[in-house]
Amino acid sequence: MKERLEQIKAEALKQIEASDALEKLNEVRVNFLGKKGELTAVMKGMKDIAPEDRPKFGQLVNETRAEIERVLETSVKKMERSVREAKLKKEVIDVTLPAKKNNVGHRHPNTIALEEVERIFIGMGYEVVEGPEVERDYYNFEALNIPADHPAKDEQDTFYISGDILLRTQTSSTQVHEMEKGKLPIRMIAPGRVFRSDEVDATHSPSFHQIEGLVIDRNITFADLKGTLAQFAKELFGEDTKVKFRPHHFPFTEPSAEMDVTCFKCGGTGCRFCKGEGWIEILGCGMVHPHVLEMSGIDPEQYTGFAFGVGLERIALLKYEIDDMRLLYENDIRFLKQF
Amino acid sequence: MNTALSWIKAYVPDLKCTDQEYMDAMTLSGTKVEGYRRLDKNLEKIVVGQIEKIEKHPDADKLIVCQVNIGSEVIQIVTGAPNVKEGDKVPVVLDGGKVAGGHDGGPLPEDGIAIKAGKLRGVESNGMMCSIEELGSDRNMYPEAPEMGIYVFKEDVEIGSDAIEALGMRDTVFEYEVTSNRVDCYSVIGIAREAAATFRKPFCPPKVEVKENGEKVEDYISVEVQDKELCPRYCARVCTNIKIGPSPKWMQRRLAASGIRPINNLVDITNYVMEEYGQPMHAFDLDTIAGHKIIVRRAKDGDVFRTLDGQDRKLDADVLMICDAEKEVGIAGIMGGENSMITDDVKTVLFEAATFNGANIRKSAKRIGLRTDASGKFEKGLDPHNAEEAINRACQLIEELGCGEVVSGMADVHGDMKEKVVLPFEPDRYNKLLGTDVSKAEMLDIFKMIEVDYDPAANTLTMPTFRQDLLRQCDIAEEVARFYGYDKIPTTLPSGEATAGKLPFKLRIEQKARDIAEYCGFSQGMCYSFESPKVFDKLLLDADDPARRAITIANPLGEDFSIMRTLPLNGMLTSLATNYNRRNKEVRLYELGNVYIPKALPLTELPDERMQFTLGMYGNCDFFTMKGVVEEFFDSIGMKKKITYDPKAGRNYLHPGRQAAIIYEGTLLGCLGEVHPEVCDNYNMKTRAYVAVLDMPSVLPYATFERKYEGIAKYPAVSRDISMVVPKDIMVGQIEAVIEQRGGKILEDYSLFDIYEGDQIREGYKSVAYSITFRAKDRTLEEADISGAMRKILNGLEGMGIELRS
Repeated sequence: MKERLEQIKAEALKQIEASDALEKLNEVRVNFLGKKGELTAVMKGMKDIAPEDRPKFGQLVNETRAEIERVLETSVKKMERSVREAKLKKEVIDVTLPAKKNNVGHRHPNTIALEEVERIFIGMGYEVVEGPEVERDYYNFEALNIPADHPAKDEQDTFYISGDILLRTQTSSTQVHEMEKGKLPIRMIAPGRVFRSDEVDATHSPSFHQIEGLVIDRNITFADLKGTLAQFAKELFGEDTKVKFRPHHFPFTEPSAEMDVTCFKCGGTGCRFCKGEGWIEILGCGMVHPHVLEMSGIDPEQYTGFAFGVGLERIALLKYEIDDMRLLYENDIRFLKQF
Repeated sequence: MNTALSWIKAYVPDLKCTDQEYMDAMTLSGTKVEGYRRLDKNLEKIVVGQIEKIEKHPDADKLIVCQVNIGSEVIQIVTGAPNVKEGDKVPVVLDGGKVAGGHDGGPLPEDGIAIKAGKLRGVESNGMMCSIEELGSDRNMYPEAPEMGIYVFKEDVEIGSDAIEALGMRDTVFEYEVTSNRVDCYSVIGIAREAAATFRKPFCPPKVEVKENGEKVEDYISVEVQDKELCPRYCARVCTNIKIGPSPKWMQRRLAASGIRPINNLVDITNYVMEEYGQPMHAFDLDTIAGHKIIVRRAKDGDVFRTLDGQDRKLDADVLMICDAEKEVGIAGIMGGENSMITDDVKTVLFEAATFNGANIRKSAKRIGLRTDASGKFEKGLDPHNAEEAINRACQLIEELGCGEVVSGMADVHGDMKEKVVLPFEPDRYNKLLGTDVSKAEMLDIFKMIEVDYDPAANTLTMPTFRQDLLRQCDIAEEVARFYGYDKIPTTLPSGEATAGKLPFKLRIEQKARDIAEYCGFSQGMCYSFESPKVFDKLLLDADDPARRAITIANPLGEDFSIMRTLPLNGMLTSLATNYNRRNKEVRLYELGNVYIPKALPLTELPDERMQFTLGMYGNCDFFTMKGVVEEFFDSIGMKKKITYDPKAGRNYLHPGRQAAIIYEGTLLGCLGEVHPEVCDNYNMKTRAYVAVLDMPSVLPYATFERKYEGIAKYPAVSRDISMVVPKDIMVGQIEAVIEQRGGKILEDYSLFDIYEGDQIREGYKSVAYSITFRAKDRTLEEADISGAMRKILNGLEGMGIELRS
């Protein structure tokens, strides 16, 4: 009997060895291990064996079956692998063929810059607010310390509608609306469209965007203004950005300053981009003038604050090296797609 | 304002720094330097030479050969210049040196022009004699230079010495940007004072002492100011025995560096004092002043006056005039009259140094259309104290420069002079505002430099009259900050109550609109808020369309920018057309921008500013592409209910058969459609284009970021397909309405899977097929449920004249 088993095993292994397809391996399985297979037939002969030898015989059969199954399984796996490999080989594609794109649209560079600025200030606890674009003289000028005869009113080349209604020349008007609400402290930025009667050319547009910032609280200092805007510049232009504050004059802040940042092209050594100066002017800022606070019902003895105004287009033009402002309002898809 | 550094140094003699250091330090202390220009740029190895001998060039008629003594030796130079003669002293650039430009006075090359010894037509030439243009200047700066040819020194200069020094070109001209609050800095004195304070060096302004001739000014002139409001001070002095001639070189150089052309001693002195003190002055020929009397009064409406440039100017009662006993002789603060103009024959001069109401001068200059250097200064509101100092300085110069004699005394009319501003000295307050720790002593040091007086007994600060910008404690704090150094102020972040940063709901929805538009392939455009009133015709609006009621700008840049838009379409269509005409094939654009809807015209209230979400496209797309974008957007902002599309949108600018009003819960939110071909023509677009406009204030009440999970159905769904023959004029929307109304609670979904018109379908009909899905939340549906619902639906459809296909 033992020889018979050896024989079956040898025959099975031989047939497995000779199989060149999965179906053939399956045949081997059926032929040797199946219900009508050789081993089953051998098992059926068990009754002819002496009862004391039966356990030993059973063990032998099982061992043989296990051995055949093991080899069969290994072969099946091997065979499956080679079949898959053959299939994969056939499926080779040219990965350099063009992509199937969804042709997603692009945000306007102004908006990209704006969202960047919003992100930075929202992170510092500022609320984004909006104010009207068609505005009253009071909010655009008078409440900002620019009374009727002030020369700054001329400098801003205002578009007038009728009576005391005009197109706002600066988002600073939103400061006043926010202060009048009487809710303190204030930490806000107000982005928006402003208008000045400048003819359209490469560096001027009669309509452009500003972002106004305003912080009012107890104990706000000029040092806080410097710290906040330095932080802003680093976030917007990179960690290595340095800032420089130069004294300046705005009617609604005192002291006032203009802020320069180190040129983000050359890092401050001077290049064509920054006209060799190493610095680029970015924004105007200052401590809110006490008279401005008073006019909006805030006690300057109790509260101080700072304000700043950034030209959005200026940032977009600088950041993305756009050399002509007109491109921003032409909406040529070849321009927009670059952002 | 442009000023030579040498002029500043005349009043701050200890100032020693490089040009760059000066620029940086002045800018950081608040006197912004825009840039500077070295007058000796590219001028190298140029000395004074004297021509000893001139001979003809052997081979060239137009050239001469000069032997030029340059001190150390005599060199030979060949030149073609026509104006030199033996004995002339001229600037000579030596071999290896450089000049700034060519003799034609064209633009200066960046690196100058190198000069080398060489031969001219075979004759050796070891250098070049220079014209003023080759030295980088012109006859405006050096009026004594010949029109063509070599500059010849008129004064005594040492042979072999530095010619550039002798020409006053070892100097740098700085350009300042003075802020409007610093009236005092529109003057050399003002800037010098700032420079002295910046570098902490002594400030030495000119000592003004006038040598008078003993005659009495009252015998020459009297002054009457009728409108003291408009003329706070009028100072007049008289100079006699005027001798007109050139002013000295030092004065000419300083004026030229400031961009003022030297004319003669009298004109130059007035200009010089205007630069030096920032006080414009006017000189009248006293012999033309009738009655030897000056009257300052308003003009009369409709008066016409000829200014000294020969132009007739129309006046009105708000224009202030300088008059004599009979007539008007000048427009106050703007320009003098032709009738009292100084000529070379002048014998006696009347000087005027006055201050006028700045706002009035500014407005008058604007109305008359004549803005002058003088009016530009007056309109800033000058310090009345400065007028006296300036007129005395002018008289001092008249006498010192031998231009004439000064009559004793001054006619001076003024009202009460403004009192000086006095503020308590509060160092802690300044430090608190600045976030600094500047010592009291250092503050007092700074105040001394800028002539703010400290009274220790009263602990008060008194502002000088020329600093009209110092009114409050914050102004003082800025002075401390400027001279302590903005760069030395620490950087901190605000302490205090924390606030939550946030983007308001409206802006979040707009952000979502941008996201969705971009996912759908639309790029963001931006258009102007103003446009031409002609756009309404281009958009085919009816004559009485309410959108024609637009806000008009009173002073627009032109008709094309004259009204505030009431529709966003012109901007979108113009942008699409720009792309179309530049042959961009596939274009999808969106814009988020306001339209401006007046409540009443003319405007008395602020208009309604309504944010419009506008989409526009052409290329591979159709009406339904646009409809898909609208629905994606609504879906993304939680608007899950059924959107109704009403084909009777009534928009003239859209295709009459391809437009729809977008209605949500009964509210009109906007419209979409194909652009009317005539409108496309009007915008020069030969393609179909599609637009959608959503009125965001109408959308906003329905938008939400709230989401609720409704579970995933546990029980199976069952679908039924129906195929119909539908009269052509029935819209699928009507079919869907029936399915919705009649499908009952178990109706889950339905979708159109086929629509067909053509061969197999009879004329006037279309074939439409829907798949309808039913599902119950709590059980498996039985056949009876489904057939019941279907029967109701089918009955409804049949009632509309729809036939079912088997």
